[in-house]
Amino acid sequence: MSEEGAPIFELLDVEKIFTITRATGPLKRETLRLPALDGVRLRIKQNTSLALVGESGSGKSTLVRILLGLNEPSNGQALFRGRPIVEARKGLRAPFHRDVAMIYQDARGSLNPRMSVEALIAEPIRHFRLCAEKEIPARVAALLARVGLPADVAKAYPAGLSGGQVRRVAIARALASEPSVLVADEAVSGLDVSTQAQLLNLLADLKRTMGLTLVFITHDLGVASYLCQEIAVLYLGRIVETGPTNDVLNAPAHPYSAALRRAAPAFFEPIAEPLPGEIPSPVNLPPGCRFAGRCPRRQDDCLALDPPLGRVLPGRHAACIHPLTGSPGGPAERGDAAPSNPDAVL
Amino acid sequence: MTLLDGATPAPATVPPVRRRRRLTMFVRRPFFTLALLVAAGFVVSAAFAPVFAPWDPTYQDIGAMMAPPATAGHLLGTDSYGQDILSRILFGARYALGIGLGAVAIGALGGLVLGMAAGLAGGRTEWVLMRIVDSILALPSLILAVAFIAILGQGVDKVIYAVGVALIGPFARTVRADVMQVRAQLFVEAAGLMGLAWLTVVWRHILPNVVYPLAVQVTIRISEAILVSSSLSFLGIGVTPPTPDWGLMISEGRAFVSFAPWMAGMPGAALAILLIALSIVGDGIREEFDPKMQRGGS
Repeated sequence: MSEEGAPIFELLDVEKIFTITRATGPLKRETLRLPALDGVRLRIKQNTSLALVGESGSGKSTLVRILLGLNEPSNGQALFRGRPIVEARKGLRAPFHRDVAMIYQDARGSLNPRMSVEALIAEPIRHFRLCAEKEIPARVAALLARVGLPADVAKAYPAGLSGGQVRRVAIARALASEPSVLVADEAVSGLDVSTQAQLLNLLADLKRTMGLTLVFITHDLGVASYLCQEIAVLYLGRIVETGPTNDVLNAPAHPYSAALRRAAPAFFEPIAEPLPGEIPSPVNLPPGCRFAGRCPRRQDDCLALDPPLGRVLPGRHAACIHPLTGSPGGPAERGDAAPSNPDAVL
Repeated sequence: MTLLDGATPAPATVPPVRRRRRLTMFVRRPFFTLALLVAAGFVVSAAFAPVFAPWDPTYQDIGAMMAPPATAGHLLGTDSYGQDILSRILFGARYALGIGLGAVAIGALGGLVLGMAAGLAGGRTEWVLMRIVDSILALPSLILAVAFIAILGQGVDKVIYAVGVALIGPFARTVRADVMQVRAQLFVEAAGLMGLAWLTVVWRHILPNVVYPLAVQVTIRISEAILVSSSLSFLGIGVTPPTPDWGLMISEGRAFVSFAPWMAGMPGAALAILLIALSIVGDGIREEFDPKMQRGGS
């Protein structure tokens, strides 16, 4: 897709290692290194929309915390417009704070329960001095209207709003600082399907009309394909496949993406055999490919070599020694034709 | 009998719980209302003591010493100096409530500062502050107040300081616990992401979420403060005679309890009624407003 445009976020071999101590005896303790992220390479370009997908424990949340500068990478570089993120965050009114807005999965928890909706949305406006004091109510009303909430919500408190409304308030608050990047962590999960659809339409609409760059963390491939042009599949702290969403979902190159795609339930079809085994603990990873233990196409060299993320097709990258690119015509050309025929590739 | 037999659908029952929650807490909690009225009565009589009191609280009626209750002119009797007990109880309410409120204000403010500092600083600072608080808590508040009186000397203001300092410990503990819980909340992280200065985050996002639970604590602790201050006066180290203080009155009447029980009994009853009323009010407010005692919204 869009090769043009400077990257907003750039992750260069980012590693994040957490050290955990646990008691092994009454007096003995051992320190373990837990690599939550391991060699992550990612470029997020202006005006694109990227879905980060992966199982729980794959490092999605750590990746987001690094993107937001809440955690510093242990190794490698995390850049925002060419500057290290942690540095870009310094200063009270650094452009980073205005530019990057976050929508939390727990929208209710991200809103101060003692502030009214109006005060919550006005806070970023006031902080970044976006308009004169007396224009703030009008601006709040405009933002509420933008996310499809009635104006009288302004006087309400988060506790008095429904789950869908609270998410909308969180979105309005994120938009209040006029950001160029919106990071959304499972922004639509845990809602009923119609509310989810409304919110997805809203986000797609905002992305289009405001030219937002969207980083969307999700475990729902349907949501990813609806909202995002690009997708990055995470497995055990590493990005195993990136590329245009529809291409990746229609013709995955990495066996893990293929397994994820197959595991997504579809109408009128029996649920596919799940991937065997559990996601292994990142504390003691086996040598070789980290997916080898669960991979249906494992070969001998998979157990010896740890494949880096490499180019398999134009615009497509996968971390696999034996990527699934065998189908005639090549996956890249298949475009967004009718959904899934997983048997063709697996 | 088939499932279709009951053709009329079950009436959509409006859960009665919902209806009841709409009633004000005054109707739902009759004891709370009663206690609130009693406490308000004490406050009013304290405020208008000069209007209600038939006598000057320190005037000694030589002609009617140790008069029993319902003597003409002395509704609740007089004490060994001939001072009118009703007037002294009314004026004594001023001291009781004044000392209680003042001491709790000091305790709450000190506890807020200490608890906030400990909860926000963490690490070694927190350790030191909390050990100080622990040492305050190790002694019962009465003993601690006695110690402070020994340092500060006697007098109404000294009692307020002493009891207030003795109350800092429990307040600091609860504030710290609340701070630790609030600062881990997402909205604090979100405020940091917005680039707000840490002090702004503390002032705007952490403090309001700590002050409300603290206010609930205050209502519960007032009765403790009054009790401790009365105890100090009873021990003879609080306020000095002839101040109309309940504790002092009980202490003076103690010697005559076998043949003039009203001298100690009347202020004792006033004290007991006020404390019970305040406790019920405090409990009611806590149960109604403490978020920890309500089921989580979401």
